[in-house]
Parts: sequence; structure tokens; C-alpha cells
Amino acid sequence: MKTADRPLSPHLQIYRWPLSMAMSITHRASGILLSVGSAALVFWLITAAIGPDAYAIAEGFFRSPVGIALLMLWSWAFFYHLCNGVRHLFWDGGKGFDLPTAFKSGWAAILISMAMTIVTWIFGFITLGGVA
Amino acid sequence: MSRYRTALSEARGLGSAHHGSGHWLAQRLSAIALIPLLLWFCFSLLYTVFTADYAGAVAWISQPWIMLALILLVGTVFYHSALGLQVIVEDYVHTRWKKAATLIVLRLFNFLLAIAGILAVLRIALGG
Repeated sequence: MKTADRPLSPHLQIYRWPLSMAMSITHRASGILLSVGSAALVFWLITAAIGPDAYAIAEGFFRSPVGIALLMLWSWAFFYHLCNGVRHLFWDGGKGFDLPTAFKSGWAAILISMAMTIVTWIFGFITLGGVA
Repeated sequence: MSRYRTALSEARGLGSAHHGSGHWLAQRLSAIALIPLLLWFCFSLLYTVFTADYAGAVAWISQPWIMLALILLVGTVFYHSALGLQVIVEDYVHTRWKKAATLIVLRLFNFLLAIAGILAVLRIALGG
């Protein structure tokens, strides 16, 4: 049976990624990152519950370059998930569905979440003082 | 349309996905609750926890209102996390037993972390 001439559906990498698609996937990716970050929060709480020696391990980790980098990643994931989540809540209320508004709110979510991350870490480094 | 549904299915009102709108609503409500909780927590990390040593962090967590807020935060975070991860698994894992196994493991992990986090806060605040 001859089937070769039938048109094939294009694969995912063929499409130009629209903003809404990229943002939707990033929303899920940031959600997964935040689940892992929440486990780190529990790790910190448990060490604080055990005592000063255990707490020193958590403190040492979160103030190391790797720890700071992870905290930065989680803070960005949080602010992005927050801003885009608010966007989703408006959509759930039936508002902002038209394309121009969705583009505007999309770019607003990206820029605001980046600004929040940067401001947070400017204050972070001020309060941290000398980081390792 | 409704004549294709059994009387029991109609009475339950859960639709073809078998969980009705409960999951959807719970995801939104926990999201809204997390907005003030997590903004407050980020602010507290920057202004209190980052500058505190062990004694300072314990003193901060031990305040009754902080303890209460942290318990709410940890509970809501892992509830929202469980709901969100569940949707991702339902969308991308299609083999029935793999889907069921992943969902059960993720639900257990989220439950365990929530309990561990809440117990840790209580132990710090109320003394071990």
C-alpha cells in the first residue's frame, strides 16, 4: 500500500515558537523548579529544628556560590510563576484573551519578573554583606 | 445530550474526568493564598533571615504569628505543588501504570515534605 505521498504533520522543532507557547512551557518548568526549591526550604527548616551544628551545614550551603546561584534561580522561577500566574487568573476570569492584550501582558510578566529578581538580589547582596 | 449519561453520573456531576472542577478550583485558590504568603516570605528572607545566625533564625521562627504563617505557607506550597505536578504528569505520561505510579510517588513526596516542614516549624517554635 502506497502511503509515502501523504503530507506529514510537521515536527515540533519546525514551528516558530510563539510567545504564548514559550511562556506556557516556562510556567510549567518554573513550577517544577519551585517544587524542588520548596524541598530545599524544608531542608533548611529541618536543620534549624535539629540544632546549631546541622543549621551550619544548611547555612554554609546556601551562602556558597552554588547555593546563591540556586537561590537566584528559584527567586526568578518564583517571580515568573507569580507574574504569569496572575495572568492566568485574569484569563480564568475571562479577561485579556485577545491577542494584543495577551502579548502585552506576556511581555509585562517577563519584564516585571526580571525586574523583581534583580531588585531582590540588589537588596540581597546589601543585606548579605560580604558573600563568600 | 444528557440521555447518554446514567442517572448516577448525573447526580455525581463529576464529568468525564471524574474529578469535576474540584482540582481546578483548588489550584486557583491555593495560588491566590500563596501570593501574600510567598511575597512576605521573600521579604522576610531578605530583611531577617539572611542577616541572622542560628539563634536569630530560631527566634524569628518562634514568634507565634511567624510560626502560624510558616505552617500555612509550607502546607499551601506543597498542596499547590502536588496539584501542579499532577497536571503535568497527566499531560505527558500516557502509560496507565506509569502514570498511576508517578502520581502516587509525587503525591506521597509532597505530603511527606509538607508534614516534615510543619513538624520542623513546630519543633523550633515550641521547643524540642
